[in-house]
Amino acid sequence: MTKLIKVRYFAGFRESAGTDEEELSMDVSTAGDVFAQLQHRHGSSEPLGHCKVAINDEMADWDSSVKEGDTVLLFPPVAGG
Amino acid sequence: MKITADSIEPDKLRDDLLDRGAGAYVSFEGWIRDHNDGQKVQRLEYEVYEPVAIKEGEKVIEEAKKKFPLLHVACVHRSGLLEIGECAVWVGVTSAHRDEAFAACRYIIDQVKVRLPIWKKEHYVEGHSGWVNCERCAEHGHKHSVVTGN
Repeated sequence: MTKLIKVRYFAGFRESAGTDEEELSMDVSTAGDVFAQLQHRHGSSEPLGHCKVAINDEMADWDSSVKEGDTVLLFPPVAGG
Repeated sequence: MKITADSIEPDKLRDDLLDRGAGAYVSFEGWIRDHNDGQKVQRLEYEVYEPVAIKEGEKVIEEAKKKFPLLHVACVHRSGLLEIGECAVWVGVTSAHRDEAFAACRYIIDQVKVRLPIWKKEHYVEGHSGWVNCERCAEHGHKHSVVTGN
C-alpha cells in the first residue's frame, strides 16, 4: 500500500541525495524497505547493518513498521567522539 | 547529555560532579588530532542530529547508572567546526571507588561513539575532505575508514 512518508538525510546521505529531506509516496512496510528503495538516492554501498534509522525522532529497527505520515531519518555510519 | 557549539571546559564540568561521598573521579576527553589514516588533518566538522543524540545519550547514561554504582555522570559533545587540539567530547563520572568509575567512563564513551547520530568530516591540509566512519572500526580500536569527497 502506498504511503506518504517524509524522509530525512544526514551527513554523506544528504550530500548524495542533494537534499536534507523530501516527501515521497512509497510502497513500503518497514524502515528497511525505505532504505532499500532509496539506496540510489543516498548513494550508499554500506550494508544496512552499518547504518541506523529513527522514526519520528525515536531510534528504530530496520524491521520497524512505517506508517502514513511518518518521518523516517536515515543515518549513515555514525562517528561521534 | 549535552550537545554544544561552544568550547568544552573540562574543569568547570568537573566541578558539577563534586561529592563528599566520591572517592573517585574519572574523565575522558576526546581531542582533535592533526592526522588520521596517514593524512594531515587541518580541522574537523561535527554534524549532530540533536533531538535523537540527546535522547540516545541519556539512555547510555541511564544504562551506565544501572550497570555501575555511580554518584554523578555527565557527557558533553561538540558540534560544528573544531580546530586541532580542541576537546570534541567529554565524559565525567564519580563513584565511591575507582573500578566502577573507570569502567563506567569507558562504557559511556564507547557507546556514545557507536550509537549517537553524530558524524565527523575531516578537512585535510591538502584541501579535500571526507566523512569518517568510526562505527565499523569501533571493535578494532583506532582504525578508521574514510569516505573522501569534496
